[in-house]
Amino acid sequence: MFANPAWARFTSGGPEGETGGIPPLLVDFSRELRDEGMAVGTSELLDAFGALGEVDWSDRVQFREALATTIAKSQQDRELFELVFDRYFFRAAEAEAVRQEQSSEGGNEHPDGAPQTGEAQEGQETDETSADGDQQLDADALRDAIMEALAREDDDALRDLARLAVMTLAGGAGSGVIGVDVQRVRRSLQLRSQDLPGGEAGEQLRGQLQTFEQNVRRELEARLIANTGKLPTARPLNELNRALPSGGSADLAAVHRSVKMLKRAMATQGLEQRGHQRGGPIDVRSTMRSSLETGGVPLDLKYKPHRPRRPELFVLCDVSTSVTSASTFFLSILHALHDSFKRLRTFVFIERVAEVTEVFENERSFRDASEKISNTAGVADISGYTDYGRVWLDFNEQVTADLGPRSTVIVLGDARTNGRDPRADLFGLVTAKAGRSFWLNPEPRLYWNYGDSVIGVYEEFCNGVFECWTSKQLEEFVRELTAVPR
Amino acid sequence: MAIEPVTPPSFDGVESADALAAGLESVGYLPGETTALVSFLAMRLGKPILVEGPAGVGKTELAKALSRFTGRELIRLQCYEGVDEAKALYEWNYKKQLLRIQAGSAQSEGSGTESGGTWDSVQDNIFSEEFLLERPLLRAIASPEPVVLLIDEIDKTDHEFEALLLEILSDFQVSIPELGVVEATTHPIVLLTSNDSRELTEALKRRCLYLWLDYPDNAREVEIVRLHVPEIDQQVAERLVEVIDMVRQLDVKKPPSISESIDWARTLMLLGADQIDQKVFNDTMSIIVKHRTDLDLVAERVGVKLGNGNLG
Repeated sequence: MFANPAWARFTSGGPEGETGGIPPLLVDFSRELRDEGMAVGTSELLDAFGALGEVDWSDRVQFREALATTIAKSQQDRELFELVFDRYFFRAAEAEAVRQEQSSEGGNEHPDGAPQTGEAQEGQETDETSADGDQQLDADALRDAIMEALAREDDDALRDLARLAVMTLAGGAGSGVIGVDVQRVRRSLQLRSQDLPGGEAGEQLRGQLQTFEQNVRRELEARLIANTGKLPTARPLNELNRALPSGGSADLAAVHRSVKMLKRAMATQGLEQRGHQRGGPIDVRSTMRSSLETGGVPLDLKYKPHRPRRPELFVLCDVSTSVTSASTFFLSILHALHDSFKRLRTFVFIERVAEVTEVFENERSFRDASEKISNTAGVADISGYTDYGRVWLDFNEQVTADLGPRSTVIVLGDARTNGRDPRADLFGLVTAKAGRSFWLNPEPRLYWNYGDSVIGVYEEFCNGVFECWTSKQLEEFVRELTAVPR
Repeated sequence: MAIEPVTPPSFDGVESADALAAGLESVGYLPGETTALVSFLAMRLGKPILVEGPAGVGKTELAKALSRFTGRELIRLQCYEGVDEAKALYEWNYKKQLLRIQAGSAQSEGSGTESGGTWDSVQDNIFSEEFLLERPLLRAIASPEPVVLLIDEIDKTDHEFEALLLEILSDFQVSIPELGVVEATTHPIVLLTSNDSRELTEALKRRCLYLWLDYPDNAREVEIVRLHVPEIDQQVAERLVEVIDMVRQLDVKKPPSISESIDWARTLMLLGADQIDQKVFNDTMSIIVKHRTDLDLVAERVGVKLGNGNLG
């Protein structure tokens, strides 16, 4: 059962539909996916056509899942797919409706201006006539029906009811501004959030109400398109432009995601490296032993097992006042790192350096951990200004002995020394002992080496220096990390 | 080995995803709508399925259920770091080959014929199927009966191994240099599972249908628990799933899997507990929580909540 008659007609065209059938639409759809950064190959498209041949076209869920399983090949891709799918096919269906309407009847408008898009849908027809006939299905009955559908979590019914609600309540052509009309519908149905019961039940209802509101919004958009006869411009996918994380749980999730990428990147990198030294040293002892089976002829060479490369991470994080805005972000990176890496030691520093590995290991919640660090780490002496020279001195004394060619040192800081000696020579000692070292600077590249910033001095000792103050930039860092030539 | 075109798979009983869902349910696996649909598509299109998702959502179980439902043998390749073609594909049984050579030379000495003439025949002989040790992948391809092939935890392997799989996954054939190409006579259902611990190569993904399995919603999990532990009370099952869900919401290192829910339900039945209160929960918590730091956290958050009785 369809909520959207335009959709029904659009899918009923079949793969061999002559004009504007599915194939060009799918190709167009995949182009849109590519524009959003997804790799959609021709073979995926062919699979998608194959899969569509096997499923029931009129079922929206089946149609979508069949496309998703053949086109979106990872969780991230799937999220993107959902967003683009909704946007694209909704717009495609509406565009088709507009086109057919204009060509056939030249604007057969419904008396009250409702979109006359569903001549094929009988159920829809009755809905509309009943809505027009005794003019108002009264608001209370409608509200009851909606609440019932909400409780049942019946998506199809919700879509229909949204359409009905818009038809009866938004009235006429509406204000033309969708946000205003949505509010009007919600007000007349008494479905605003303050009308709902409190407590856990209310919470749940509120979540489902959002789905309903989305339906209403979509319905209003459809009417707007039908009334004006043209499509609004495509909206960019705002959800994908992530801004500076401020410690909220959603931002934390974004950081967790990119750290997970970092973990995967490092694991994969190890594998690539091992590929090159394949068939390394021969294990003489076990070769001899296995040659006994073949009368002392070493038919089967045994190689020494290659140890999987376990990256050791040493992360130093500046928590001084000059990087206050970024330090929440940095701490959340540390937090996420601890979830992903076993062999990880973390340090925070201002004037002195202190190891906080244990804090992160024992505290599961991010808030507790950051609180504990600011209270008990004891990294500030008197001034509260970063003293990089002292930090490197301490670090050399306490930790450098543990560094080895397999260790990676990552420094998160703005490299502002407050006029003190940067002691790049000491930092050089650290990086010389470590296998690789990277510096992530929260300041825009433009400000580097101005004032007391000495990032340039440290840069020559690092394998790479990156600007990093959004989770997107963190992802870029991870990507470049994999591309580092060996 | 007979070289025939691969016959497209035919599943007379299964006409739609719904029929497959019902069939899987009859063998003790409750698939989600997407799961059933993707499995159905995989069977119809003859493509492998790449199943990803957190540990313990029933990825491996799906393969087992498909095998039970279709009545096919399940051939399983458990992947691990360092698995190679000798372990996964085939290996020459060189001990037997050596014996064959020795037997051959002894024979020729006895009969007095010159050994040069037998070289070719020996060579032909020792690189024949008789001396081939079939490993899971080759076994699945060469099997005269259609099978279900499960390649478990593919993300644990090296990149090189993925390349090895490509030929099998797209063409259902194996090239053995000494022997030629072994083609599948029947079409296996192939499932690859991954815990998403590393990115798989594009080439591999391209050949597969993608299925993301997640924890089921509460209602479905109640059904699953009741399917496996039919004697459990509906209310207790609902409560149990609610608690499990609560634990999963917490930031625990290892969230409880579906099989652990079932184990817990069984335990409760054994203990004769007819409700889940704080004491029962604390006694049996170790069945669903397997990490020391998690234990503290869960006891603190969930146990206390149960004690207050303000759940549900």
